[in-house]
Amino acid sequence: MEAWFALLVGIFFTVAVYLMLSKFIIRVLLGVAVLGNAVNLLIFTGGRLTRGVPPVIADSADALDGPAANALPQALILTAIVISFSFFAFLLVLAWRAYEDLSTDNTDGMRVAEPVKEPMPPLGY
Amino acid sequence: MAVPTSSSVDLSAALVLGPTTVADWLVILPVAWCFAIGALLVMLRRAIGLHPIIAVAGLAGLVLIDALLLAHVATKGPVTMVMGRWLPPFGIAFTVDLTGALFALVAAIVALAGGIFSLADINDSGRRYGFYPFLMLLMAGVSGAFLTGDVFNLYVWFEVLLISSFGLLVLGSEPEQIDGTVKYGFLNLVATTLFLVATGYLYAVFGTLNMADIARKAESLRSGAPLMTLTALYVLAFGMKAAAFPVNFWLPASYHTPRVVVSALFAGLLTKVGIYALIRVMVMLFPVEREELSFVMALAGALTMIVGVLGALAQTDFRRILGYLVVSGIGSMLAGIAVGGPGGIGGAIFYALHSMLVMTGLYFAAGIAARLGGGSSIATVSGLYRKNVGFAALTLMLCFAVSGLPPFSGFWPKVMLVKAALDIGAWWLAATLLLAGFCTVIATGRLFLLAYWRDDAGAAVETVRLPSTVLAPLAALSLLTLGIGLYPEPLLATIQSAATGLAEPSAYLNSVFPAGGLQ
Amino acid sequence: MKSVIFRTVAPFLTSLMTLFSIFVLLRGHNEPGGGFIGGLIAVSGLAIYGIAHGVETVRHAIYFHPLAIAGAGLFAATVAGLISLYAHVPFMTGLWIYPSFFGVEMPLSTVMLFDTGVYLVVVGSISSVALSLEERGGE
Repeated sequence: MEAWFALLVGIFFTVAVYLMLSKFIIRVLLGVAVLGNAVNLLIFTGGRLTRGVPPVIADSADALDGPAANALPQALILTAIVISFSFFAFLLVLAWRAYEDLSTDNTDGMRVAEPVKEPMPPLGY
Repeated sequence: MAVPTSSSVDLSAALVLGPTTVADWLVILPVAWCFAIGALLVMLRRAIGLHPIIAVAGLAGLVLIDALLLAHVATKGPVTMVMGRWLPPFGIAFTVDLTGALFALVAAIVALAGGIFSLADINDSGRRYGFYPFLMLLMAGVSGAFLTGDVFNLYVWFEVLLISSFGLLVLGSEPEQIDGTVKYGFLNLVATTLFLVATGYLYAVFGTLNMADIARKAESLRSGAPLMTLTALYVLAFGMKAAAFPVNFWLPASYHTPRVVVSALFAGLLTKVGIYALIRVMVMLFPVEREELSFVMALAGALTMIVGVLGALAQTDFRRILGYLVVSGIGSMLAGIAVGGPGGIGGAIFYALHSMLVMTGLYFAAGIAARLGGGSSIATVSGLYRKNVGFAALTLMLCFAVSGLPPFSGFWPKVMLVKAALDIGAWWLAATLLLAGFCTVIATGRLFLLAYWRDDAGAAVETVRLPSTVLAPLAALSLLTLGIGLYPEPLLATIQSAATGLAEPSAYLNSVFPAGGLQ
Repeated sequence: MKSVIFRTVAPFLTSLMTLFSIFVLLRGHNEPGGGFIGGLIAVSGLAIYGIAHGVETVRHAIYFHPLAIAGAGLFAATVAGLISLYAHVPFMTGLWIYPSFFGVEMPLSTVMLFDTGVYLVVVGSISSVALSLEERGGE
């Protein structure tokens, strides 16, 4: 089971890296979204997969009576999902603002902060 | 209902049952304090007149708390507090050793200086937009990153400070800021995601996220687990956060765009959080892997130094020059981590603390220079020396400090690093350190010569008085660097024991697992 | 939104969802639920009200600015952790009291205060985003 998940994680990372290598912000943004999911799946797989045994202690017992699914990766993933969701929302708005203000979504054209032609520095004193 | 029932389960293995003293609370207080003040400021969003007062008072309180924490750690050794009584490895632990406390204190000092400087730099629209709440939340993230003892928690603090830094960076929403934020945002998000990837693997290998637990288990797992891969991923992730070559280009692309005080705080705090995390992971958790990666890191450090100073020499914009100098300083710290040993690690820590103070001060100077000279290009600004002699003198001190000239704070870490590099026979690294220092002298000298000493042709220059809220933070930071340079012994001794504590973390482990803990 | 049916139903739907969100919040200690999901339900209710009657009405109805609500929530969550200081236990330890109201025992805890804080943070921050997006969309 883990091997198939590892393969799936690999495909996710491939897609994410391919999209992030693009010049266009919107594709990079999609790449970032896929990357976040790739990592979540990675953590999930890293916590080992146990099917059909929820880690719930019965009312009458004080402890689990056998091996159960690992709950910690889910807590980690939940945190990571909330964080990556908020970042995605922020970057989406930012990309939109960049498109409005700089009228391009091509990163090659985003040279406002670092102008292409700068005046020469003073050569003498 | 959740009434604690008496049961047959022995709780002492999972819960802290003894009372917690007030002194232990100092561990968590910096973070909780920043969150409380930040939340208060968000609630008082109408009363923007109160924001600066509350924020500056809050930051002063933070300095006090961090100073008490450092004193506590210096006398008692590392202190741990676990969240919700759950003992590690179940609960999240905040563990503070000397390194974390030192970084947290200097960060708080820098933030306080920034808070005072912002009184003149941030206008009402910036305040309404929420500069001060963002500043407090940024400090919560920074303090949390320095004080936590849990790797995933460290990731969460990275994100807290990252999201606050986004908010601070776009403050004003001018096209340059949007442009800079796009690069900063995407690249930093990729860096933190890499950090998360590494942490996912770390959990898969170790089954724990507590740093002390990892340090304890690394020895027995080393033969079978891909710890080298893990370490390499961490180096890349933290290197990107710290702006090390070849993943440094987001920094000079964005740091000159926001408000001056925001640049100053970022230069002082953010890259150093990356360096701190690198030191923590490389030195304490994976020392053997650090040894193996040391040549790669030394090379990266050397190239970072050289690329940094060359960039600084090529620029004409005051703040962009400083951005490259930040990068160059990161190279020196990387070199220290690569060399290792008490000299190298101590040098890296000392250099990081020095760089926090000096780079923040220099960005303040850039802001004042823009205010006096009416621009930030050293091709057009001139005659600042005539306009305000005191300001020029303070800037010159900081220029000397950043170049590593005595008697300022930059001299001692540079000596430590060069000596440590020579001790292990890495003469080329020592030479690069000295060469980078030399080029920094030229870069800052050129800056000072053109912007400060050069006179306007024919124009009569009047002396300009500066408000004390602008000059006081700059003066405080400059005098602090001078003080450290003249009397480095106490700091040097603390840093030496901090570096030793990282290399041999038995005190750290004992603080997390007082009774040996679960095996 | 022009639909008469929707405009008539929306207030009932919103009040029902808000009530349900509080139920989910309080249920969350031992069963599925909690502050985060409760907050999201409440925001959905507010968003429905906003679609039906306009963003201004919602802003008027919730009285406080959404971000002020989020700030209050963050403050409550921090305070919930700090209460442990007085009980000499570590940060964020759950503390319980059992006062009686009219003969009914009410278990109150810092955990609940924390969860309420989370609820308010979610309500405040997400509704702030949702309302501003609805404002933009209505132009």
